[in-house]
Amino acid sequence: MRTVVEGLLSGEIFEDYAVLSVDDLSRLCSVDRTCIVELVEEGVLRVIEVDSAEWRFSGAALRRARAAMRLQKDLEINLPGVALVLELMEELGRVRSELEVQRR
Amino acid sequence: MEFKDYYKVMGVARDATEAQIKQAYRKLARKYHPDVSKEKDAEARFKEVGEAYEVLKTPEKRAAYDQLGQGPRPGENFKPPPDWGAGFEFSGAGANSGGSQGGADYSEFFESLFGGARRAGARGSTHPFDAGHGADAGRGEDHHAKVMLDLDATLHGGSRQFGLRLPEIDAQGRLIAKERTLNVQVPKGILPGQTIRLAGQGSSIGTGAGGTPGDLYIEVEFTPHPLYRVDGRDLYLELPVAPWEAALGAGVKAPTPGGIVDLKIPAGSHAGTKLRLKARGIPASTPGDLYVMLQIALPAATDDKAKQAYRALADALPFNPRTSLGV
Repeated sequence: MRTVVEGLLSGEIFEDYAVLSVDDLSRLCSVDRTCIVELVEEGVLRVIEVDSAEWRFSGAALRRARAAMRLQKDLEINLPGVALVLELMEELGRVRSELEVQRR
Repeated sequence: MEFKDYYKVMGVARDATEAQIKQAYRKLARKYHPDVSKEKDAEARFKEVGEAYEVLKTPEKRAAYDQLGQGPRPGENFKPPPDWGAGFEFSGAGANSGGSQGGADYSEFFESLFGGARRAGARGSTHPFDAGHGADAGRGEDHHAKVMLDLDATLHGGSRQFGLRLPEIDAQGRLIAKERTLNVQVPKGILPGQTIRLAGQGSSIGTGAGGTPGDLYIEVEFTPHPLYRVDGRDLYLELPVAPWEAALGAGVKAPTPGGIVDLKIPAGSHAGTKLRLKARGIPASTPGDLYVMLQIALPAATDDKAKQAYRALADALPFNPRTSLGV
């Protein structure tokens, strides 16, 4: 294994500027277009309207889509199950941070 | 190299049935899946379990693995026997068949036994440290990684170093994990779960001359801060005040991300009183707020003077804090 230390890199916050198409998401998630369409139909991904005939997604959709794909593949959960897991995880996240704030 | 006891990893007996192994895998996979688990070493455990399952679920691999016995004694180095794999039909064929681990994720132990014939690009994966496939011709794969970030980085910006293991093809054409230490300028105001995209820092595997490398997506999570808790862009600080400061009101010093400020405690405050300091949270075009939650700290009655003061207070105030309990 080699170790390389590199110069200073800078990038922007992806979620702040990215607007993604179905093709972008399918490429970034290494899946077929149909998988992305199914995620939209199941309500896992939300389409944002930017006066376009084609579906557009916010940058935050990338993380959600990748998590959905991982859950589907690794735990063999079907799509409605994935949608439920993601919603419950979000709820759990909210509850946890509320608990953090109120603790002590 | 370290010997891996795959039965121990899966928590099953050496004579476990296929059904038992599958059941154990499912249970562990749910427990350690990085998207669901809050366990500290979830990512590493999930990979370990996936690797163990990859071997134990495939009869040929399991049989070959079983021939190794229980491995060397503790502290001894493991080396595959010279006749390793003779008579078994698995070389390379099955290593990509299940789970969703990317090529560079298996341990050295696994690679030395089962990894011989594998080549990069065989499959894609969406795991945080893996390359994705489906890159266009002439464009390298995108890489995705997850890092822990301190709150100060998002509050003030600044550069941070991240050590990442990223897949790369070596001179022999094998897929290896390369350790890269990236020095990254953290964008101010980034939140947990958000991503820094570093254009052109992904893989250049298979791009050929003149091709463009893929991009690197770094997802950040925050390490806990000693003073502030984070909720969205808002920060929460617990500020201890003396009973008389809360009762009578006072001017006290309070830490904020931008430095120490003078804070006015209103008279009649109590434990849990929430004071909002506008726009002192995580920066953005509409920055978050800092909420100061008051805590009442009691001075200890350790000496006569303190005891006397408490007695004087008790005498002066007819106060029953338990009236709401009916006692």
